Amino acid sequence: MRVFFIAAFITLSLGAAQPPGGAAPTAKASAPIDITGYWVAFVTEDWRFRMITPRKGDYQPVPMTDQARKIADAWDPAADEAAGNQCKAYGAGAIMRLAARFHITWQDDNTLRVESDSGMQTRLFHFNAAAPPGERTWQGYSIAQWERPSSLKVATSNLRAGYLRKNGVPYSENAAVTEYFDLAPIPGGGQVLLVTAIVDDPQNLRQPFTTSSQFKKEADGSKWDPTPCAAK
Amino acid sequence: MGSNTVRRKMNRWSVTMAASALCLLACRTALAQVELTGSWTPRNHEFLTGDGLPVDFTGIPLSEEGRIRALSYSESQLEMVEHQCQGWPAFYLVQGPFGLKIWGETDPVKGNVLSYTIGGWEDRAPMTIWMDGRPRPSKYALHTRSGFTTGAWEGNTLVTYTTHMKAGFLRKTGAPSSDEATTTMRFYRHGDILTILEIIEDPIYLAEPWILSRSFQLSAAPQPPIGPPCITAYEGSVGPTAPHYLPEKNPFVNEMTTKFGVPRDAAIGKPETLYPEYRKKIPSQ
Repeated sequence: MRVFFIAAFITLSLGAAQPPGGAAPTAKASAPIDITGYWVAFVTEDWRFRMITPRKGDYQPVPMTDQARKIADAWDPAADEAAGNQCKAYGAGAIMRLAARFHITWQDDNTLRVESDSGMQTRLFHFNAAAPPGERTWQGYSIAQWERPSSLKVATSNLRAGYLRKNGVPYSENAAVTEYFDLAPIPGGGQVLLVTAIVDDPQNLRQPFTTSSQFKKEADGSKWDPTPCAAK
Repeated sequence: MGSNTVRRKMNRWSVTMAASALCLLACRTALAQVELTGSWTPRNHEFLTGDGLPVDFTGIPLSEEGRIRALSYSESQLEMVEHQCQGWPAFYLVQGPFGLKIWGETDPVKGNVLSYTIGGWEDRAPMTIWMDGRPRPSKYALHTRSGFTTGAWEGNTLVTYTTHMKAGFLRKTGAPSSDEATTTMRFYRHGDILTILEIIEDPIYLAEPWILSRSFQLSAAPQPPIGPPCITAYEGSVGPTAPHYLPEKNPFVNEMTTKFGVPRDAAIGKPETLYPEYRKKIPSQ
């Protein structure tokens, strides 16, 4: 009896403290939630800012600085197209707010790959933190970590300056994006992916811009519709 | 020391070890909860209220019945005493512009949380989330604006379920909710950010569950637990009939189109307009 309890105590203690085997498991193996699959944005909020390109000057309710407002007032989609910047509204600061489908897969044991059909963008969430590469990109460099018991946190930096909204609401290359990914069941069937995104950019935002977006899981990629970036 | 004494000590030791082992499981579950009480200011960076124009039902998957009622609504109904406090069912906490004050009631002996209460709004009563496992009342029990809500922890997430709400509004410009509506809410806390996910089901006025969310920031400044209540009063000269619009006679139905370029189908809450593929049907996109 005594031996049994000692064994149970040790087993539970070890279970609470470290993974079996002692070796650090990969991010994929230790994932507390599974967010892989096809997800479609369920646009129940900010419809007129997400499903259509809002009109110039329609910035409600982004907490913009005066400087950001000046930049947005000068928005010129034709100039963006001509300069090859048609993907400015598809960067990491705004991409999860797009009316789009997302395909999430494991690229390898420690990297999640998130692709969008709208804008045909690819994000990589690195669980093995490394120094960000020098070149700035629309999607920047993302460091991911599991937040137990059931969440994923992603911190993104090293961005190219982009738009929070397609009508030119700007964020700078110094912006930092923090995201939390959570899952929930839909009563009656189905699953929701909730993405809370916080864009911190004192240059253009009076306070961190916080949104939360819902995605429904789809059985397959039959509605996947790759479409290139469009500035307008 | 006799053998009986030794056996008794060993038994006591075994019981202690067993209790410790069980506590490792149980206590880990208990510790998996997070603190929700406190004052939370809204991060109003999403336009959820949708009350800028009379006919803005964008983002709501209305059923045909819901749409007909929504388009028949005239805001002049607010002159009527019985409609003045109708716009704020329990689920308005995610849509409205107000912050939250969350406090708990604990069992004085065991210390466990018996209930959470969420207040901090104007015009509506605080909402209680019962955590003590009490049964849901009969379906014939009284319906109130706040309804009857139970809660339970799933890991670090508080999950609540609300029934027994009075008929009200999904959006206070007229999209209706019935007294059969229910709401599931999930409270996710990440550091100082609290995000509430809300899934509203209404078998009468919604074609599919309506899913919304909003984030709040923990605040050191105290949020008052209650705001001024909704007090009804005679406000005008209501005639013999309730103000309303007959089918196809709502004069505001095209406002979202003319002001913002939003297609009419989207403005009146057709469910297919909530999915990305609808953009292909919008000429300007």
